[in-house]
Amino acid sequence: MLTQEKQAPELLEATKTITGGEAIMLGLLQEQVDTIFGYPGGAIMPIYDALYDYREQLHHVLVRHEQGGIHAAQGYARSSGKVGVVFATSGPGATNLITGLADAMIDSTPLVCITGQVYAHLLGTDAFQEADVISISAPVTKWNYQVTEAEELPEALAKAFYIAKSGRPGPVLLDITKNAQLQKFDFAGYTPCRHIRSYRPKPLVRKEYIRAAAELINNARKPFVLWGQGVMLGAAEQEFKAFIEKSGIPAAWTIMGAGALPTDHPQNVGMLGMHGNYGPNVLTNECDVLIAIGMRFDDRVTGRLDKYARQAKVIHLDIDPSEIDKNVQTTVPVWGDCKETLPMLTQLVEEKSHTAWLQKFHTYRDTEVAELIRDELFPTSGELTMGEVVQQLNDLTNGEAIVVSDVGQHQMVACRYAKLNQTRSNITSGGLGTMGFALPAAIGAKYGAPDRTVVAVIGDGGFQMTLQELGTIMQSGVDVKILILNNQFLGMVRQWQELFNERRYSFVDITSPDFVKVADGYGIAGKRISEREELKGALQQMLSHQGSFLLEVMVAKENNVFPMVPQGCSVSEIRLK
Amino acid sequence: MSNPQQIDRQEYNITVYTENHVGLLNRIATIFSRRKMNIESLNTSPSEIEGIHRFNIVINETEEVVGKLVKQIEKQVEVLKAYYHTNQDVIWQEMALYKVPTDVIAEKALVERLLRENGARAVVIRKDYTVFETTGHREETDNLIKVLQPYGLIEFVRSARIAIIKDSEGFNRKLREFERAEPGEGAVENEFLNSRDNVFTM
Repeated sequence: MLTQEKQAPELLEATKTITGGEAIMLGLLQEQVDTIFGYPGGAIMPIYDALYDYREQLHHVLVRHEQGGIHAAQGYARSSGKVGVVFATSGPGATNLITGLADAMIDSTPLVCITGQVYAHLLGTDAFQEADVISISAPVTKWNYQVTEAEELPEALAKAFYIAKSGRPGPVLLDITKNAQLQKFDFAGYTPCRHIRSYRPKPLVRKEYIRAAAELINNARKPFVLWGQGVMLGAAEQEFKAFIEKSGIPAAWTIMGAGALPTDHPQNVGMLGMHGNYGPNVLTNECDVLIAIGMRFDDRVTGRLDKYARQAKVIHLDIDPSEIDKNVQTTVPVWGDCKETLPMLTQLVEEKSHTAWLQKFHTYRDTEVAELIRDELFPTSGELTMGEVVQQLNDLTNGEAIVVSDVGQHQMVACRYAKLNQTRSNITSGGLGTMGFALPAAIGAKYGAPDRTVVAVIGDGGFQMTLQELGTIMQSGVDVKILILNNQFLGMVRQWQELFNERRYSFVDITSPDFVKVADGYGIAGKRISEREELKGALQQMLSHQGSFLLEVMVAKENNVFPMVPQGCSVSEIRLK
Repeated sequence: MSNPQQIDRQEYNITVYTENHVGLLNRIATIFSRRKMNIESLNTSPSEIEGIHRFNIVINETEEVVGKLVKQIEKQVEVLKAYYHTNQDVIWQEMALYKVPTDVIAEKALVERLLRENGARAVVIRKDYTVFETTGHREETDNLIKVLQPYGLIEFVRSARIAIIKDSEGFNRKLREFERAEPGEGAVENEFLNSRDNVFTM
C-alpha cells in the first residue's frame, strides 16, 4: 500500500488517459532524467514502446548485458550526483542486475531500476521469464515494490526517486507487471514525493552533541579526521574543507571518499586501510580524538577492531543512525546530514594549526616515499610498475580526469596514487569489490560528466568479466579511455598466495586474448606497450585520441601492493614490505 | 568453556510498528537470517491504529546485538518505529492448544484436577477427542504438555508470543508526528542518545 500527499486539485482537472508505460516516461522527465541504461526484453516491451516516442528527451544507452547496464548507471550516478536509471526485462534480465544492486547498496549509490515482470495473473505460475525479483532483490535494495496496476505507477515512481536519493542514498527497484505497463488509466499528473510517514531520511541534529564534539576537538592535542563518501553524498565538500582548514586537523580518506578534498591539499595526509598510507594507519593508534565523517569503519579500513584506536575518543558524524556504534564504539555521536552538522561544528571549533602533529604524518610519508613509493612511481630499470603508469597519467591529466578503477592490485595502486583535483573523480567498487565494474561504470561516468576525461584503469582479469561492453562503446560512440594494466595474473589473490600461502599459486595464472585485436574488432583504436620509453607517448596518444582508446600496458608479473595491513592485524602493524 | 557473550544473552521482545507492505516480513526476517540468528517467536497483528501493523519478535541475544538489530529494522523504509524490551518490561502471553482422547479425560478424575490447576479450559469436546486451551508464559504452557503426555496427548500447538509494553503510551501521538512533513523532536527522539549519559562523560 502506498501512502502519499493528496494530488493538487489543478492537476486532477487536467487528467488524460495514457498507458502505464507512458506514465513512466512522463515521470522520468519530471525527475529530470536524461539518460537510461537498459536492455529490452519481452516483459518490458510496453515500456520500450513508450520510450520510442520519448527517445529524443530520454537518451537510452543500449548495453550488452544488464550487469553492464547497472554498473553504467552507478558510474553515471557517482560522476553526476544524480540518480542512475536502469531498464531490464523480467527473469534473467532482472537477476543480472543483482550484483550491481549489491554493489550500489553497499556503496550507497542512488539508482532507480525498472524491471518488467510477467502479467499479474501469471505471477507465481512459473511463467516464461518469471523470477521472484522482489524477494531476490530485497536484501540488496533500499526499497523495492511490485506494481500490478497502472494507476499505482506515478506514486510508486515518485516514491522510488525520493527514497533512492534522500538520506543515505541507495538502489531502489520497481518491478512492473506487463499488464500495468499496457493498461490505460486516467493520469492526473506526476507529483514528486517529498515525505513518507514511515521514513525519516535525516535524523534530527542534537545540538548538545555538536557542542560536546567541539569541546573534545578543542581540547585535543592530536585530533585526526577520517572522511568517507558521505562528504560527497551530502554535497558537503566546501563545508568539509572549511572545517578542516579552521580546525587545522590532518585528514585521511577511505577509497570511497577520495577526492572530496584535493589530493594536494596540505592537510590531506592520504589513504586509510589495508593498502593505505603508512602515517594515517600508524597514527590512528596514536591520535587522541578520532573524527569520522561520513564513513562506516569497514573492516578493510580498521583492520583488527580490538586494537583499533583504543586510546582515542571517537566522534562519528553520519546520516545513518545504524552506523553509529556498529563497528567502533563512539564517544560522541553526531547524527545528521554532514552538510548541516559540519558548519555547526566549524562554528564552534577553535582556529588551530596542529603543526607538530601534522609533521608526524609528513615524517611517516617521507619514510614511505623512501622505502617504497619512489621505486613504485619512478623506477629507472626493470619491468614497468602499475604505479608509474598512474604517475605518468597524473602528469598528463594534471589530476583533472575521472579515474574509474576495477578491483584488485591496480585498484589499490590507482586509488593510492591518482591525483584528484575535483570531487567525484574517483569511481571504484569499494564495498563489494566487484570485478568487471570499471568498464561499464566508466561508460556511465562519461554520460554523467560529458565534459571530463574518463579513464578506466582495469586489470587483465576484471576486463574479461565485462568486456562485452566494448559493444556499447562502439554503438554509442561514448569516449572512454581504457587503460589495462596487464600483469598476466589475478594479481591480488596471487599476492596473498605469495605472502600467506607459501606461493601456492592456485588458479591465478590467467591468459588473455589480444586485447588490442578485440578492441579493433569493435572499431576501437588500441595499442599495447611494455617498455618504459613508450609509456608517456602511448598515454598521450590515448588521451589525445578522438574517441575511445584502449591502451594495454604490460606490467611486472609479480609485483606486490604495499604497504599492507595483513588480515587480522592492527592498523599500526602495517608492513612496508 | 563459558563464553561471556553467552552469559549476557537473554530474551528480548522486539516491537515493530510498520506500514502494511507486501514483502516487509521478508525484509525484517532477513535482518536476522543474514546474521544466522534464530527468531524464537514472531507474531504480526494489527496495532491500536488502523492500517498500522505490529510485529512482536522474541530473540535470545545480548543487548548490544539486539540494539544493532533494532536499528537495522528501523532503517527499513516502511518501519515506523522499533523498540526492544526485556521480559521484565513487558506483559506477555502465549496461547497453547492440546488435543487429548476424550475417554481418558472422562474416566480419570485426576486429569480434570490437573487441567484446573493449570488454568486450562475445554474449547471443543467430541466423542473421540477434547481440545484444551491455556494461555500463559512458556513454562506454564510447557508444563501442561508434561502433565498431559501420560494421558495420550495427540496434538499440541503453541502460538507466537504477544507482548504489551509496560511503559508505552501507544503509538497514536507518534504517528501524528510522523505524518507531518517536518516531524518534531518528539517523533525523531532518540532513545539511544538519551541513554548515553552513562557512556559519555566530558
